[in-house]
Amino acid sequence: MSDAVADPAVGRAPGAGTRALPARLTHALPMLRVAEREARIWGRLWHTSLLTGVLMPLLFLGAMGVGLGDLVDDNSGSVAGLDYLVFVAPGILAATALQAASGDSLWPVMAGIKWVKSFHAAAATPLSPGQVFGGWVTWTTARLLINATLFVIVAALLGGVPSWWGVLAPLAAALGGLAFAAPLTAYSAAQDSDLSFPIIMRLAVVPMFLFSGTFFPVDQLPDWLEPLARLTPLWHAVELCRGATTGSITLVGAIGHTAFLLAIVGLGCWAGTRTFRSRIAP
Amino acid sequence: MSARSDAPRDARSAIDARAGGVSPNGSSPLIAARGLTKRFGSYVAVDGVDFDVQPGEVFGFLGPNGAGKTTTMRMIACVSPVTGGDLSVLGMDPRHDGPAIRSRLGVVPQEDNLDTELTVWDNLLIYGRYFGLPVPVIRERAAELLAFARLDDRRDSKVDPLSGGMKRRLTIARALVNRPDLVLLDEPTTGLDPQARHLLWERLYRLKREGVTLVITTHYMDEAEQLCDRLVIMDEGRIVAEGSPRQLIDRHSTREVVELRFALPEQQDAAVPELEGLGARIEPVADRVLIYTDRGDDTVAAVTERGMHPESVLVRRSSLEDVFLLLTGRSLDE
Repeated sequence: MSDAVADPAVGRAPGAGTRALPARLTHALPMLRVAEREARIWGRLWHTSLLTGVLMPLLFLGAMGVGLGDLVDDNSGSVAGLDYLVFVAPGILAATALQAASGDSLWPVMAGIKWVKSFHAAAATPLSPGQVFGGWVTWTTARLLINATLFVIVAALLGGVPSWWGVLAPLAAALGGLAFAAPLTAYSAAQDSDLSFPIIMRLAVVPMFLFSGTFFPVDQLPDWLEPLARLTPLWHAVELCRGATTGSITLVGAIGHTAFLLAIVGLGCWAGTRTFRSRIAP
Repeated sequence: MSARSDAPRDARSAIDARAGGVSPNGSSPLIAARGLTKRFGSYVAVDGVDFDVQPGEVFGFLGPNGAGKTTTMRMIACVSPVTGGDLSVLGMDPRHDGPAIRSRLGVVPQEDNLDTELTVWDNLLIYGRYFGLPVPVIRERAAELLAFARLDDRRDSKVDPLSGGMKRRLTIARALVNRPDLVLLDEPTTGLDPQARHLLWERLYRLKREGVTLVITTHYMDEAEQLCDRLVIMDEGRIVAEGSPRQLIDRHSTREVVELRFALPEQQDAAVPELEGLGARIEPVADRVLIYTDRGDDTVAAVTERGMHPESVLVRRSSLEDVFLLLTGRSLDE
């Protein structure tokens, strides 16, 4: 309650609740200045960033999709009715987006909050802690989108994207990444040390990466594990990506997965605004 | 809560905020605090302080660590919500107009938080962008500011290799990129060597001459005496005295102080009762005895007359350190 009143960012003008949409947009726009900082840094090192961001998934695609895929297809004919390359390409797309999102949401966030305090510097300007959070995850998402687009293009050239709906796959991958980045950034901002970060990587990111329907369908999992896999944001992102690249998605499926991911994004943004405010402007 | 009904001031762009260099509030205070309070749970960091900061002055908060200076500054900077009392900054209420106030402030925090991923130049550029300034405007100002901070030749350097003094000057330059009406400096010279300190003071004088209002916190009495037109002394969240450095010394201390050092603590303990009646007040501190007096040389003669032979005797003028000691019974660096 006191938080809500005290946050200068909310700019509680009389009748704020009924503010028109353009006013809300103007309020959100300054957060792009935080994204701009990241974009400028990226702009200087884009080649290295792209190399690591796209090369890694392409190596996976080569090893799993082409190398292992030939074996799989020779032995079982298909996976879930698809060539293994077609099956695994969207899995790798969504999983590497998750991995990149977690990389951006752990140590760099701790640096901004505690080590370098660059988030504090930004919040001494007209930007509010919530806008600093928003700008940070906006850039994370933008970078995921760039990498995912390039990956989809290459995967399509290799024959891993049979449907034109595939043009939507990068968006789905970026949304999946954001559904992980927003809550994780919120969490990182609340921590006093990075002690828990390697544990998160090992016990959350890596298992999700491997077992959320990325490399094989979740119905291959033991019965007790399958529902758990379906609760991870990555499984929904993989389903969305795969539905797009293969063109097999249904309207209900698309809406369902998107809604699930958006709900997590919404929760993450709510939490992130709070943790950023309590760390930067207590 | 009458402030609530006031129409919030337009968040004017930082560019024209200082056009003409005249305060938009005329002679009314830039900062006014009444009963200003900050609590963290049950801990009271700032306990009902009143003060005004006038346009063009250098105003100081002097006090030991933990006195509530930084917390007060953070409330002024609109990065710490006020828990009680009233605060007005640039005629606006931090509760509702945080972004509009911050767009006209320059903030130099206690710990440098320069962007270590960026060069000196880009630190200014990005910071200007945070204020929404157009890039060409920032470029023009950044060149001036680097000259002001004497960092012209380091513009393409990263931040890490800079010395402590250079980082501080860059932080100050960065705080000026929006041409602020009010600059807040939290412990600006803590951790700097004497030479870097003097250079920084000299830069701050220049800002003052240009009419920029500065608010400074410090636990160095010499810094407060050097820089501040007016200051408040804070202790345990409260203001214990207010005035110009000269006024504070005249009002709360004697003209001179005699410092007696003894070789052994037992000798000091034995000497204190013997000194009774000398000067206006006698203050034994950790490693010496201070005698507050208007005539130092006479007091020294009287000490010798009483047959005492301290290891060293020093007569000096009263300082703000003495004011703090006399008001609180403790020294500033305790």
